Amino acid sequence: MAETNGHSRTNGQHYVGTRTVRPDGMDKVTGRARFGADFNLPGQLIGRVLRSPHPHARIIAIDTSKALALPGVKAIITRDDFADQPSEFIPAGEMMMNYKDVVRNVMAREKALYEGHPVAAVAATSTAIARKALKLIDVTYEVLPHVIDVVLAMRPGAPLLHDDLFTAGVEPRPDKPSNIAKRVEIKLGDVEAGFKKADVVIEREFKTAPVHQGYIEPHAALATVSEDGATELWTTTQGHFIVRAHCARLLGLDMGKVRVTATEIGGGFGGKTVVYLEPLAIALSRKAKRPVKMVMSREEVFKASGPTSGATVRVKMGATKDGKFVAGFAELKYQAGAFQGSPVQPGVMCAYAPYDIENVHVIGYDVVSNRPKVAAYRAPGAPISEYAVESVVDEIAKKLGLDPIELRMMNAAREGTKAAYGPKFGPIGLEETLNAIKKTEHWNTPLRKWQGRGVASGFWFNIGGETTVSLTVNEDGTISLMAGTPDIGGLRASLTSVVADELGVPYDKVRPIIGDTGSLGFNFLTGGSRSAFSGSMAIVEAAKQIKADLCARACKLWEAKPDQVEFKDGAVRPLGALGEKVKPMTVADFAKTAGKTGGPIGGVGRINAQGAGPSFGTHLVDLEVDPETGRATILRYTVAQDAGRALHPAYVEGQYQGGAVQGIGWALNEEYVYGDDGKLQNAGFLDYRMPVASDVPMIDAILVEVANPKHPYGVRGVGETPIVPPLGAIANAMENATGIRFTELPMSPPKVLKALKDKGLNKA
Amino acid sequence: MAKHHIEATVNGDPVEFLCETEDTLLDVLRDTLDLTGSKEGCSSGDCGACSVMLDGRLVCSCLVLGCEVSGRKIETIEGMAKGEALHPLQRRFLEAAALQCGICTPGFLVASKALLEQNPNPSEHEVRFWLAGNLCRCTGYDKIVTAVMDTAAAMRKG
Repeated sequence: MAETNGHSRTNGQHYVGTRTVRPDGMDKVTGRARFGADFNLPGQLIGRVLRSPHPHARIIAIDTSKALALPGVKAIITRDDFADQPSEFIPAGEMMMNYKDVVRNVMAREKALYEGHPVAAVAATSTAIARKALKLIDVTYEVLPHVIDVVLAMRPGAPLLHDDLFTAGVEPRPDKPSNIAKRVEIKLGDVEAGFKKADVVIEREFKTAPVHQGYIEPHAALATVSEDGATELWTTTQGHFIVRAHCARLLGLDMGKVRVTATEIGGGFGGKTVVYLEPLAIALSRKAKRPVKMVMSREEVFKASGPTSGATVRVKMGATKDGKFVAGFAELKYQAGAFQGSPVQPGVMCAYAPYDIENVHVIGYDVVSNRPKVAAYRAPGAPISEYAVESVVDEIAKKLGLDPIELRMMNAAREGTKAAYGPKFGPIGLEETLNAIKKTEHWNTPLRKWQGRGVASGFWFNIGGETTVSLTVNEDGTISLMAGTPDIGGLRASLTSVVADELGVPYDKVRPIIGDTGSLGFNFLTGGSRSAFSGSMAIVEAAKQIKADLCARACKLWEAKPDQVEFKDGAVRPLGALGEKVKPMTVADFAKTAGKTGGPIGGVGRINAQGAGPSFGTHLVDLEVDPETGRATILRYTVAQDAGRALHPAYVEGQYQGGAVQGIGWALNEEYVYGDDGKLQNAGFLDYRMPVASDVPMIDAILVEVANPKHPYGVRGVGETPIVPPLGAIANAMENATGIRFTELPMSPPKVLKALKDKGLNKA
Repeated sequence: MAKHHIEATVNGDPVEFLCETEDTLLDVLRDTLDLTGSKEGCSSGDCGACSVMLDGRLVCSCLVLGCEVSGRKIETIEGMAKGEALHPLQRRFLEAAALQCGICTPGFLVASKALLEQNPNPSEHEVRFWLAGNLCRCTGYDKIVTAVMDTAAAMRKG
């Protein structure tokens, strides 16, 4: 039973690497697929949240008596319904979380810390009654001074969000609290010595605006709690096991009594890795003893979920005159929102990861201010720091008169490079992506006036982690696959191909589902580009069990020794002389007679997946600036990224294309706009301007495949890296088009027009 | 105030329902008629996830009131396939991986069908501007636009 590295599968069929039709697709093109808001239960109530109108206010009192007296109101919850939690940091994917903060974020306690912060929630027999009840809740606030900007929040004397927040990571421990939650740092070599060797040193400061993940499906949850505490929850989430853990912890429930089903999920991008409505819906249902359904409005999504950090980043890089990078310094100040936990740590680690530099020093600050608590957003933290570095790399290329691809190639991280954040890279594909870009017709096409071309590379670690899948061989030989990581972008298609290849059965005989928390062992969430990587690894484990079991059954039936049989091409086959006596038995043959050979057939892969291979990408973009309006139009875009091995090329391309367009939005238009009153002014899709179809061209996707040796098929996670390079690539193209180095995102038309006017360039 | 009694046609079938004045057509479709294929992404007409046809015209059902549709003809994603036969756009979206999470897909399909009915040979530019009222955050639009163009070409050949 030879287990081989994917490329030489022994069975006859090869679905892996082909563009199969997704098994869940039919429901999604017919409107049948059930997303978060599509679930209903008999007797359900509607839950609504009362949110703080103030960015910063002490909550003196909450009087719910008038609201409770309104006919049709069945339950109201406030801070009094949640026990306080001790301060304790636990890993949450690529970030850390603290239940002391989580309990305060789902329901304000001492203070409301941002506009939109939940203060109370109501369950009523109709939406209209719930809305009316919210107006009858009387909250007494003591309005406090607020602070929105990260640099202002760091200043001594800034309004203080938490009087028990003392900067971690500084010696000695500060004697006064501040808004700086944490200082982090990585060092490699001696950066000062490095700068002394440099012939060219460039130092710039950059600013990026907070942007929202922008999933089209708002958060939604439906909970029902019975009198004995048994709890069921349907919710749109990237990780229903994590939701279960959070809700059990926040509400003091036994995990075994909480069954969470992940509905189809309408986009997440990291923003659905945390809980908002879920604990509220359960708490309301527990009180009302009826099912409670809650759905956020788009305004609530903008004001009270996500976004990712805005930041201020200072980068200083040194290179020799022939282009070798000798030193890289950066200082990152990331907004965390109202509670600590910005993705500054990964931002620090990623900043210089694409390059082989001997001397690196990166410092990061995690800073709270009166904004919604940030959530993960696709490669959390990395696009910001890498944008700043890639901008400076471009400037170095220009200053030295070097080709930007050649400069990157000269300094590219490759197998054996020691990354500043610690590890030595194994086989990686950065050079291959640079080469792929260089060979494109796109790179070699001339540009006209007001057009510009930019290139940038990007890196993301990727993770593995705890994963369970089960494979059941049904009586008719069909296969049921149960995975526990919500499928956001074609996961079921990828995993189904792996099952079909492993067991040698037709693709359409494998039916995948995403199991609920009561049906399958623990799964960490869909995030960190882990679900296809870890899921396929776990399937290989589960299939191994089935193959071993079928071989053992065959030995019994054929009175043979283990070395006389092998599993190949979907069947147990007799070897040598035995082959003259008995015929091979397929998976379906065993299925039909399972009762006579040992009972039900199946396997469960339970793994803590290790060996996630980092994925590098390089993006190339052409744009044209309209000198009269300052609007930049993306003309052409090419992505090259290392997938290790693309299980499903179309969905890998989809990740590249989608990430690139999210990056285009981040670079050119998207931003949270606050007034002096600390209130968000653009909490809707009309004013928060995400790219639409007419804003973007086709996105050419080049799949580079440098196999990850730690994965049975060579897979690397691909979901996150695609959003890392666009910011830098587009900024570099803007410089190329206008001669102006923009150091603030987004490069929106008013900003660009002003810069053109300042330089007297706004005449075509 | 008493609810409005409305009679209309949805996907060829007669329906009648009661609605409050402020209920949108989307509320009625999803909550009263149990047609949850039309999605609510913004309720302000910006995302297009609730796109339906009203008397042959493409509209955001979140911008139409339930009581406005009396006597009118509504077509939703649920009526797009005819029996077991998918509409060519539905088939092509599946084959071309033109969806990732799928929440925007019903809106894109309804809007694309409306486009091809009035313009069987759209340019890429025309497809992109027609679909500019439908937000997708997953795909970057590439495979959606390609699927619509390819479907149009296939349908022209018959």
